[in-house]
Amino acid sequence: MIFAADSAFWQAFTQQTIDGLAFGALIALVALGYTMVYGIVELINFAHGDLFMLGCFLSLTILAAFGLGGLGFDATVKDPSPVYVAVILLTCLLVAMPFCGALNFAVDWVVYKPLRTAPKLAPLVSAIGVSFIFMNVGLFWGGAQDVNFPNLIPDTNLMSEGSGIRFTYKDAMVFGVTVPLMIGLTLFVQYSRLGKAMRATAQNPTAAKLMGIDTNKVIGLTFAIGGALAGAGAVVYALKVNTISYTMGFQNGLYAFTAAVLGGIGRIPGAVLGGLIIGLVRYYGSAYVGETWAGALIFGILILILVFRPTGLLGSTTREKV
Amino acid sequence: MSPPVKKPFAIGWEGAIFLALLLYPLFPIFESLFFRATQRSLGEQLPLVFIFALLAYGLNVVVGYTGLLHLGIAAFFAVGAYVAGIFTTAAYSFGWPFWVVLPLGVLAATVLGLLLGAPTLRLRGDYLALVTLGFGEVTKFTLRNMEKITAGTRGLSPIPPPSLPLVPPSAWADDYRPFYYLTLGVLILVALLLHNLERSRLGRAWIALREDELAANCMGLNPNKLKLAAFALGAGLAGLAGVLYATRLTSTADPNAYDFNRSIFMVCCLILGGLGSRLGALVGVIMLVGFDNILTPIIDSKIQEWFPNSGGRICLSFTGWRLAIFGLALILMMRFRPEGIVPSSRMKHELHPDEAVSNGIDPITMGRNTGEVETLGRKGGQS
Repeated sequence: MIFAADSAFWQAFTQQTIDGLAFGALIALVALGYTMVYGIVELINFAHGDLFMLGCFLSLTILAAFGLGGLGFDATVKDPSPVYVAVILLTCLLVAMPFCGALNFAVDWVVYKPLRTAPKLAPLVSAIGVSFIFMNVGLFWGGAQDVNFPNLIPDTNLMSEGSGIRFTYKDAMVFGVTVPLMIGLTLFVQYSRLGKAMRATAQNPTAAKLMGIDTNKVIGLTFAIGGALAGAGAVVYALKVNTISYTMGFQNGLYAFTAAVLGGIGRIPGAVLGGLIIGLVRYYGSAYVGETWAGALIFGILILILVFRPTGLLGSTTREKV
Repeated sequence: MSPPVKKPFAIGWEGAIFLALLLYPLFPIFESLFFRATQRSLGEQLPLVFIFALLAYGLNVVVGYTGLLHLGIAAFFAVGAYVAGIFTTAAYSFGWPFWVVLPLGVLAATVLGLLLGAPTLRLRGDYLALVTLGFGEVTKFTLRNMEKITAGTRGLSPIPPPSLPLVPPSAWADDYRPFYYLTLGVLILVALLLHNLERSRLGRAWIALREDELAANCMGLNPNKLKLAAFALGAGLAGLAGVLYATRLTSTADPNAYDFNRSIFMVCCLILGGLGSRLGALVGVIMLVGFDNILTPIIDSKIQEWFPNSGGRICLSFTGWRLAIFGLALILMMRFRPEGIVPSSRMKHELHPDEAVSNGIDPITMGRNTGEVETLGRKGGQS
């Protein structure tokens, strides 16, 4: 493969890279939610992927409300104008983000908060329970089959015809939504007052509490922010991939969690880096190993990372507290 | 409260359940009564319960005794099933008998457990959970993709029934009883084995490790070896269950039968019944398999009777609510009764230290890990 490095090979390779990075940016957005929550309460939030799935169904409902069909409604609007599409995209983001954020906040308040002093297994198992409930909601919302999501954003290629590489409006939309959110989050955590409180709570909850930080509120807001990012990821995912189902949360959630672990769990830049790598692995894996093996490849990486470098690529080595 | 002193000949609830199960086929009246009420044969359903109870016992060794969250037990279950499939079906020229394949499946699963466990068991709790989960998924993908060996989603079939003296080969298909007694016999043997193991040096070491790894280590126990032993035994029992499962179905079934859902279903059984308790594992499996295979179809058919015009709407079927019910059960159990329905007495004390105090037990000896996070919501004055 490598020595046959002619132009066709590189063209395909560049294409895989673009697709991989676009998918990776999406995964990174979900991974941020995992990493933030894990960083602060050391909980693998199994329900996060399913929250993401609910965000997808909410977006579909919004599209149906805008007359684009879906969920058994007929499409009344044909060939929406670019402005209309932009309005819909913005509405989806503005509805799905607060929805997922509020839902995650509520779940933390009702389910995880009473378990803060319990052994670690308890919140983890509860998270699996929440994930089941979300899946059931998704099942009622969209049915047991895969659901088609209206192809709103055109697949028009933005590159010149001769280049042989496709970079579509969809890819542009993915980067246009995810990159600002990631930058915004980084700045927020780094410079805002709440961000500082979050970092303090993650570092040492008892000390943070003694310094007058309402740690439960901070934890709740961390869940909310993570949920909002999953909501944004859901809108972008649904618009790009165009197929959603109630079981999608598990697989994508695991990809995202792998990304978070890969980058070093608890580290925001780590989640982004991990997400991009996972995206690349998935597309290179599909192209050069076989499509059916891509999932196995990602989980294989998860195992290898955990065994050989459990702190991830960007994580610092800390000894476990006794 | 000292542990209740056992009477010398008391068989306890577990023994009573096993005795009842042993006697059940001798009274066809129960079978016909049950059939009249539910249109289902309990005798056909129970071997599956026994097989899953075996799987739950295996998982219980890892999760319950040793305290390692294992989310990929289905992978080892699958190994047992596929060993049975490969070495007995006509697709390959082995054609080995069941009694050879049974230990072979156990061996293969155990070896795989050792191979997975050796490099990963030094990981912390939730990372280990993730590794086992990832391993389970990789196994599922592998089974599905290696079609030349595993026949992909079609599964390997037909797996011939075991040969036993006095039981003609045709009886396995016509009558539920041969398989019933085969699986129940294996289950009781394993229960006896575990009963002894729990009180052995190894069993007590596992529990010490679960309570406080650091302290156990300081007392001269080797955590890695102990965890590996638990992992291997758990995997071996899962392999045993897998061979029986495939033989019962006469097919290895679709690789999706061995996915994350299976693993998490088993974890649910253990949590519902009570982690670390053999009786709990049995009760949990009976409840959840009973819920899935007996209660759900009955309620569904009743709903069909009452609302004939439901039009197949999924929220009007009881099956549609299955996930939500499971999820809610998990959450409520964790919140209000984390020790399970039939807890082991040790777990009960551990998870309700306040009650233990009022009963005159020193909370310090309960040895609960109090990490940084766990002290978060605790009110002052209790540190």
